[in-house]
Amino acid sequence: MSTIAMPAPDASILSRKDQIVAALAEAIGAEDVISDPVETRAYECDALTAYRCPPLAVTLPRTTEGVAAVMRVCHQMGVPVVPRGAGTSLAGGALPTADSVILGTARLRDVLEVDYPNRFIRVQTGVTNLSVSAHVDADGFFYAPDPSSQLACAIAGNIAMNSGGAHCLKYGVTTNNLLGVRMVLADGEIVELGGAQMEAGGLDLLGLICGSEGQLAVVTEATLRILPKPEGARPVMIGYDSAEVAGQCVADIIKSGLLPVAIEYMDRPCIEVVENFAHAGYPICEALLIVEVEGSEAEIEDQLGKITAIAQSLDPVEMRVSESLEESAAIWKGRKSAFGAMGQVNDYMCLDGTVPVSALPRTLRGIGDLAAEHGLRVANVFHAGDGNMHPLILYNANTAGDLERAEALGAEILRLCVEMGGCLTGEHGVGIEKRDLMGNQFSESDLEMQMQVKDVFDPNWRLNPTKVFPLPASETRRNRA
Amino acid sequence: MSALLTPANEAELAETVADAAASHTRLRIRGGGTRSVIGQAIETDTTLSTDRLTGITLYEPGSLNMVVRAGTPLDEVTSALATENQHLAFEPMDHRGLLGSNGTPTVGGMVAAAISGPRRLAVGACRDHLLGVRFVNGRGEVLKNGGRVMKNVTGLDLAKLMCGAYGTLGILTEVSLKTLPRPETACTLAFPGLTVAQATDLFCAALGTPYEVSGAAWQNGTAYLRLEGFDLQVRNRATQLQARFRDLDSDRIEGAGHAALWRDIRDLTAFQGRDDTLWRLSLKPTDAAPLTSHLHDRLGAEASLDWGGGLIWLSVPAHHADPAPVIRDALAPYGGHATLIRAPEDLRRSTPVFQPQAPALARISEGLRARFDPDHILNPGLMG
Ligand SMILES: Cc1cc2nc3c(=O)[nH]c(=O)nc-3n(C[C@H](O)[C@H](O)[C@H](O)COP(=O)(O)OP(=O)(O)OC[C@H]3O[C@@H](n4cnc5c(N)ncnc54)[C@H](O)[C@@H]3O)c2cc1C
Ligand SMILES: Cc1cc2nc3c(=O)[nH]c(=O)nc-3n(C[C@H](O)[C@H](O)[C@H](O)COP(=O)(O)OP(=O)(O)OC[C@H]3O[C@@H](n4cnc5c(N)ncnc54)[C@H](O)[C@@H]3O)c2cc1C
Repeated sequence: MSTIAMPAPDASILSRKDQIVAALAEAIGAEDVISDPVETRAYECDALTAYRCPPLAVTLPRTTEGVAAVMRVCHQMGVPVVPRGAGTSLAGGALPTADSVILGTARLRDVLEVDYPNRFIRVQTGVTNLSVSAHVDADGFFYAPDPSSQLACAIAGNIAMNSGGAHCLKYGVTTNNLLGVRMVLADGEIVELGGAQMEAGGLDLLGLICGSEGQLAVVTEATLRILPKPEGARPVMIGYDSAEVAGQCVADIIKSGLLPVAIEYMDRPCIEVVENFAHAGYPICEALLIVEVEGSEAEIEDQLGKITAIAQSLDPVEMRVSESLEESAAIWKGRKSAFGAMGQVNDYMCLDGTVPVSALPRTLRGIGDLAAEHGLRVANVFHAGDGNMHPLILYNANTAGDLERAEALGAEILRLCVEMGGCLTGEHGVGIEKRDLMGNQFSESDLEMQMQVKDVFDPNWRLNPTKVFPLPASETRRNRA
Repeated sequence: MSALLTPANEAELAETVADAAASHTRLRIRGGGTRSVIGQAIETDTTLSTDRLTGITLYEPGSLNMVVRAGTPLDEVTSALATENQHLAFEPMDHRGLLGSNGTPTVGGMVAAAISGPRRLAVGACRDHLLGVRFVNGRGEVLKNGGRVMKNVTGLDLAKLMCGAYGTLGILTEVSLKTLPRPETACTLAFPGLTVAQATDLFCAALGTPYEVSGAAWQNGTAYLRLEGFDLQVRNRATQLQARFRDLDSDRIEGAGHAALWRDIRDLTAFQGRDDTLWRLSLKPTDAAPLTSHLHDRLGAEASLDWGGGLIWLSVPAHHADPAPVIRDALAPYGGHATLIRAPEDLRRSTPVFQPQAPALARISEGLRARFDPDHILNPGLMG
């Protein structure tokens, strides 16, 4: 039914399942190995649910040494390993193959060290994103990257996908907040990069690991930068009757020197669904912006004054500054429920292309045209401050051929993003979803250089081998394994 | 016989490198020549200069992005940004005074050497503002990575790898940088008469407040806390911080002298024109006091601090022939690292300039170099 190909599993591995499972059980204990086909089903997909395949086995080690033991077994027995955090990837990054062992971080849940004077926290990577902030909240600190999936997703997946969130306009994405990792190489060797100090010496291997989608190593511990919480925050909601003008408003705010923590954007199709669902009091218009600033009350007042002046000069159809915590919550409620609300009324595919902020209006128009050509509807809700778009392609999973049409439209939209000077994925990763589009952004030599980097870390291509790189490009390497 | 190669554009540069690879000619890569003494000495007669790869190819202030060829003088970038009231927020230091070098720093050299300054503490380093690169690897292939946008997880992040590789993985031909608006106002609180221990206590406390301190440095017994932003914000926060640290004497520095103060801190004016050896140490702020006090006792070393105590500049009197073992032994328990920045030529040849790496990391780095530059022709040996 679906269009993304996966290679046939290695029959020799499937036939050795019992030996492999036995070796894994011996390495970390049978209680941390799952091989029953009923139970491995729970790991058959991530949040890209159109693609499913139960793995050969699942391992859930409790320590870095346990991870190393699993890696050694898989190395010796020639078995591919798919690292997995919480399985919320929207790109199929954690999708297993039938001949692979899932290496899950679910039992790597300890907070190892909290240091407020030096402002860092050290955790095992199975902890959820939100629990990191929760752990330091009472002491007035937080961990900045805040993907909307933060209740569920693990730091492991955040590092692998270089995840962002609504607040990264000001605070950056995962790579800007990651100080160090402990990780296990394909052959089981344990390596440390960076640490509590602000800079690591030598080549920036930490920068390379972040966003590497489980291609280079399994990350088991992370040192994360924590920040003191701001005194307060308050949003303003601004509606326009044209995408161009809303885009102009975003550019003007950014140029003015204000650094809002978030500038979120919703278009008419999205506003209509969300308003119906959350009753946030949104005006029904072409483009709605939510701009949030932080600071003391006086500072917030001052910055919101500057923002409303900019917005006013562009003639909004509506503008509402939140005057209370309740109003702020109401304004955010709609935005935060956008994906859920959309899911209630329609199946949708969530894209993640990024374009330069100046290209937002042109890209939105282009998306509208492409959608019309394909006879599908697209709703847009995204982080406008950094140009990270999330077009939601609406389709019907029960209509034969609809998913394929949605995927075809998705591919064209992402190609448009690249044409506009942007990229295929801002924060969700390539996984299997955008694997075959990589040629639109990179030349053959660009991809070859990246694959050579993988060769250094994982010479036998055992780590998540069917992701990120187009299958034909990686074929020789995968078959060599 | 020494040769100077000056390719006129990226294609010519790629050809030049391919030729050099074919003939196993080692290349010393030169941007502006202002940071030439950083790194291990390179043994070669052939210099490849990026002099002619100049020009800003794209600047969109509303997208906070500039794309610029690697040989472009940094001054040209800074002036172009100033006309739009923007800047490179990571505040790259100028090494000329410190290293006694001439020439003009280039954008490529800044990225290759991963140069940041005091504001790194608040906004991140050069690598955090590097959005994309074009470069030529040691086979003479033109490659690109990253792009023009702040959020990008498309493929492996080779741009990070190029930043701080000192040209050993490839020659940058073009870089794409995040630009940011300049703050409207700034104000610095100066706290005189503090020891390193008192200063780092102050820094740790101040950086634990929500006031977004954008510079925290200590020199000659005075600690400085910088606040930047809108007028009301800066005044507000300065008052809050002075109230919070009212047990300490403090002065406000604003207006005319303010920019000069942070230029001096950034460029280490206090350590210029000396015959000492100069080291750059990176470690946890709370380890700064015990470490500097130990090295003062052992070597008579003088320190200054930046990044809230996370960066130590250490000046070691010239009569110590090779202080590296003492410094690195002292650092070992803290897990930090030390780089030799300024030293006589013979010391640079005999001692590791960069912190020796754990064997696994050294092996990975070596493996990467072998893939990017199989003939070992790009700044060979510079990173050890
Ligand atoms: C409703 C919803 C909202 C979302 N919102 C956002 C958002 O706002 N911003 C955003 O950036 N993303 C968002 N995502 C995407 C997703 O949550 C992120 O990509 C997240 O970081 C994945 O984390 P995970 O722990 O679930 O990883 P998984 O899905 O388990 O894995 C993701 C990738 O990481 C690799 N990996 C996992 N563990 C390791 C490890 N230990 N070592 C090496 N590699 C590893 C996997 O192999 C895979 O390639 C959203 C997803 C959903 C479903
Ligand atoms: C006659 C003469 C003799 C010299 N002898 C020596 C010697 O024996 N040993 C020695 O070490 N130096 C020597 N130098 C200095 C030498 O020029 C520099 O080491 C080298 O060129 C570094 O460039 P830079 O510092 O000028 O560039 P900067 O612009 O200051 O660059 C800093 C670093 O980045 C690298 N770099 C610059 N631009 C790029 C780019 N576009 N892409 C990738 N990397 C880049 C540089 O190689 C350098 O490592 C000599 C110079 C001259 C003129």
